[in-house]
Amino acid sequence: MTSMVGAAVVRKEDPNLLTGRGTYVDNLQLPGMLHMAFVRSVEAHARVRAIDGTAAGAIPGVLGVFTARDLPELPPIPTAVPGLERPSLARDRVRFVGEPVAVVVAEDRYLAADAVARVAVDYDPLPPVPDLETALAEGAPLLFPEHGSNVYTEVPPAGDAEAELAAAPRRARLRLVNQRCAPAPMEPFGVVADWGPKGLTVWASCQSAHFVRGQLSQLLAVPYRGIRVIAPDVGGGFGAKQSWYPEYVVAALLSRRLGRPIKAVETRSENLVAMTHGRAQVQDVEVGFDDSGRILALRVMVTQDAGAYPGDAVGLPMLTMVMSAGCYRIPTVVTGYRAVATTTTPVAAYRGAGRPEAAYLIERVVDLVSDETGVDPIEVRRRNFLPADAFPHTTHLGFAYDSGDYDKALRRLLEMIDYEGLRREQAARREDPERPLMGIGFSTFVELGGVGPSAMMEGLGMLGGWESARARVNPDGTVTLAVGTSPHGQGHETAFAQIAADVLSLPLDRIEVVHGDTDVVQEGIGTFGSRSIAVGGEAVRRASLRAREKATRVAAHLLEAAPEDVELRDGRFFVRGSPDRGLGWEEVANKAYRPTQLGDLEPGIEVTAFYEPSLTTCPSGAHCCVVGVDRETGRVTVERYVGVDDCGVVINPLMARGQVMGGVAQGIAQALYEQVSYSESGQPLASTLAEYLVPSAAEMPRFELDHVETPTPVNPLGAKGLGESGATAAPQAVVNAVIDALSHLGVRDLQMPLTPERVWRAMQTATGGAV
Amino acid sequence: MKIALTVNGRHQELEVEPRLLLVHLLRERLGLTGTNVGCDTTSCGACTVLLDGQSVKSCTVLAVQADGAEVTTIEGLSGPGGGLHPLQAAFQRHHALQCGYCTPGMVMAAVSLLAEHPHPTEEEVRRGLEGNLCRCTGYQGIVDAVLEVARSGGGVEP
Amino acid sequence: MTPAPFEYARPRTVEEAVSLLVRHGEEAKLLAGGHSLLPLMKLRVATPSVLVDIGRLVDLRYVRDAGDHIAIGALARHHDLETSPLLEREAPLVRYAAGFVGDPQVRHRGTIGGSLAHADPAADLPAVIVALEATMVVYGPRGERLIPARDFFRSAFEPALAPDEVLVEVRVPRAGGRRWAFQKFNRRSIDWAIVGVAVVEADGGAKVALVNMGPTPLRAVETEAALRGGAGPAEAAALADRGTEPPSDLNASAEYRRHLARVLVRRALERIRR
Repeated sequence: MTSMVGAAVVRKEDPNLLTGRGTYVDNLQLPGMLHMAFVRSVEAHARVRAIDGTAAGAIPGVLGVFTARDLPELPPIPTAVPGLERPSLARDRVRFVGEPVAVVVAEDRYLAADAVARVAVDYDPLPPVPDLETALAEGAPLLFPEHGSNVYTEVPPAGDAEAELAAAPRRARLRLVNQRCAPAPMEPFGVVADWGPKGLTVWASCQSAHFVRGQLSQLLAVPYRGIRVIAPDVGGGFGAKQSWYPEYVVAALLSRRLGRPIKAVETRSENLVAMTHGRAQVQDVEVGFDDSGRILALRVMVTQDAGAYPGDAVGLPMLTMVMSAGCYRIPTVVTGYRAVATTTTPVAAYRGAGRPEAAYLIERVVDLVSDETGVDPIEVRRRNFLPADAFPHTTHLGFAYDSGDYDKALRRLLEMIDYEGLRREQAARREDPERPLMGIGFSTFVELGGVGPSAMMEGLGMLGGWESARARVNPDGTVTLAVGTSPHGQGHETAFAQIAADVLSLPLDRIEVVHGDTDVVQEGIGTFGSRSIAVGGEAVRRASLRAREKATRVAAHLLEAAPEDVELRDGRFFVRGSPDRGLGWEEVANKAYRPTQLGDLEPGIEVTAFYEPSLTTCPSGAHCCVVGVDRETGRVTVERYVGVDDCGVVINPLMARGQVMGGVAQGIAQALYEQVSYSESGQPLASTLAEYLVPSAAEMPRFELDHVETPTPVNPLGAKGLGESGATAAPQAVVNAVIDALSHLGVRDLQMPLTPERVWRAMQTATGGAV
Repeated sequence: MKIALTVNGRHQELEVEPRLLLVHLLRERLGLTGTNVGCDTTSCGACTVLLDGQSVKSCTVLAVQADGAEVTTIEGLSGPGGGLHPLQAAFQRHHALQCGYCTPGMVMAAVSLLAEHPHPTEEEVRRGLEGNLCRCTGYQGIVDAVLEVARSGGGVEP
Repeated sequence: MTPAPFEYARPRTVEEAVSLLVRHGEEAKLLAGGHSLLPLMKLRVATPSVLVDIGRLVDLRYVRDAGDHIAIGALARHHDLETSPLLEREAPLVRYAAGFVGDPQVRHRGTIGGSLAHADPAADLPAVIVALEATMVVYGPRGERLIPARDFFRSAFEPALAPDEVLVEVRVPRAGGRRWAFQKFNRRSIDWAIVGVAVVEADGGAKVALVNMGPTPLRAVETEAALRGGAGPAEAAALADRGTEPPSDLNASAEYRRHLARVLVRRALERIRR
């Protein structure tokens, strides 16, 4: 039997999804189901004086208009700062445009929208705090006066590295903006809640059914057994569907009160202001280096715009700090951050969650060092790389990188591009005013996967960082694997079956993977932080191994041999040396449930494994972007994108490439197109997909991808995880390329997104308007 | 208002409010939930179906406008035996979907594209799918799937 | 996402449509392809009480050779224009520009009449018909009248149509082999133009119309004058933004738009020179 791990098999999930049989939350129709819609604040910062739902409630088919006052049992949304409460429905104060202030329930979504339009809210505006500058200014209006400032939390650096920076032969500083992005999964968020006499069932477009169940239990004071959460097909998440949303408790409580199922599915316009945003960091960086490009000291101060309530963004910059030094051996690194309140949508994890921000900053620093010293950007990277024998490597904050060979990926990348040829072409195009300028940008990155050890995860509010898998061998010899991960496009039904297939010597179509149902699947943690293969996969491997061991004992009994003499190969159990005397899985599995045939053996084969990872893993890679820049308009075209990724052992190359391409596309989108911005009065300016520029196929290049393998010692699979690598790698590859294209004009820095106008202005400034 | 239309080959007669969007007629009145809603500004294309053989965004068509028309949704694409349409099979081969939410609309847009341009270049495929957003795949698998079908069949019956 | 409630009327003729508009006045809006109006209604930015659906008046959907001009029925879809061999021969600028409206799905539904009557300053076709000096045929309770393209766009989203009038036809003069160019600058290919340029050769020079450089499509009159005076593309294009009032918005500043107009006009003029 050929190995399934490493095979580019097509996905088991696809036939359903391709034929319109997906089970997304909005597809659910339950008898008596009602539709719920929020009335959302149109003010960025205001006191709520009155809410009048009379006209709305009078519409036939509208069952009611509810405010926080009508739902005193409504629990708040958990925040990361004790004492700073975030209500599920605003009571007397709103802090961002889009914050729910009331909720309507109606027979259908059209009537719910009619009702929302008729609810009158009387706001007493307060001064908006639309950006970091306003939030941090002397005498700034405070979102939480009781907190005394707009700084939610501050983690000062351990020292200032001033001595080391001053002692370095050269020194430079950079201010980088990693702009606020909207994750914008194609499926907006939604839930259906049905709270009846038998308990509460919630279908949710989420990234962890078990996490949602645990939160609901705690917030609603209902025991676990009284709550079932189902994550059906989920249309993308990118980290943002791990956030907690008011729909969860509001829909549940309204269902209980009204005695009917409640559906709450947001529109895209709502999604762009209500789903947590990502990134939103400003980074003040100082670097000390020498003439050969060796980086000697690095000081990073991160200011995180966390939005209107202290959520995950309060802790995410920790991950940025941890990964600030990237792939490099830098003698002195000091990092610190503060998370700041603004009257904007709360910020949380978005594909990479803190690590793309780190990779961006260090890769921009490396290119700056290259620009300043004249040393080639590849060479600067090589001179600073952590060598392959430096692992495990501990960073300045005591964090460990598991394994890596950064030069191996870079060497493979250089084989794929003709670097000398590209530089020649760049020079030729520079000389020819008829041709667009050309730039070459690199990004050698490292990030985190397989999150993570429970000590770390408990700090992030999780039950733990382990993952679970239960392998049940059915009496017909098929296997059902219940996994605690919760996919939203990652193909777990295929990848986990591949891992199990190798251990169990079974074909893929004899292995079924189930997930996302707290009634069916044992306690699990969920899918985020590139953890599903590295942590979930290992749990699957262990459960499969234990199932195999039990089956072997059964087979041994039936073959009248010692278990240690029984082998499993090509789906057959046989005594070593007598391959013709064997039993297939069907027979062994069937007999395993027949005590009359088993002697003293306990009947059944069902085993559960919980795997706790000892460390996170560090996927890495080397990417290159080639851009063309229109000399007159500043328009940037990605002409080529080449990437080499190292995620350790690859389970399914087809799916691994898909993860990289999707992440790179989001990274390119951040570099060139996307920007969530607010007006001076805190109004969101890009709140539809017509204004928030998610790119189409017409904007995306073809990707040339390859991979190298540096297995991780953290798990026996050797797999590091890959889901967030593309998004971590790409933005700086693009930005470095554009700056490279303009470097002959003296341009050293540009902020994302690189809109045509921004690039044009940089060229204008650099040439004194000669362009 | 009473309307009559053919959906996936079946005649349907329904009483609808004028403001009912075609996508909601399909999803909620006819239970054809394969067609998805991804935005509210006619941007994303997740709701794409065929109306009289041409791709349209069903979120921007009133049900009353589809009175008398033939509509084909993703559910109507498979053959009589329920097998995969060549585009669907190619999508699977090329890993042209991950979460699957944009996929029905993407497939229907591709069907219409190939009906009008049986031998597109890569550029024409990318431009031809400009009305369909995907957040998961980066589009390359989708483009490759469409190109493969174009090369092998040179055109697909809508 | 969902429109507010409205009454729906489906007239069988243009006359009936006009009667309905007379009856309901400002409360009524015409529905053709729906791809300008329905997006506004779904966001509840537009809330007409009555929709008069003329989308089935197939008699208004045509592209015809009418002797000294090409007659395009107001209900011709953008896709019809994009694939019309007649337009390809006689008014290729229209055919080409129609292919840039929105995306394929939008082009299957949207109509030229709907687009022109919507008078979005960022739309492509209004500038094209201004460059070609087309004539609009409008039908109302007082009968038919002709409006030259340059007079058809009063202001942003304000065509020179009375509330009880229906645009029924667009008459495009035969271009007869005159060279043309169309440049649309946008971020994503489905986006509206940040700035667009439609240029067609004319005696002594060219007609140059600009998209999104003001509340209506504008002719770059000083550029045209310079061309007539013998200026080359660069010299003439430097004047392209004179007399314009480009907006500053999320996509671009007025200053950048002015720069783009000059660049795109020059590129378009160079194309037709070749």
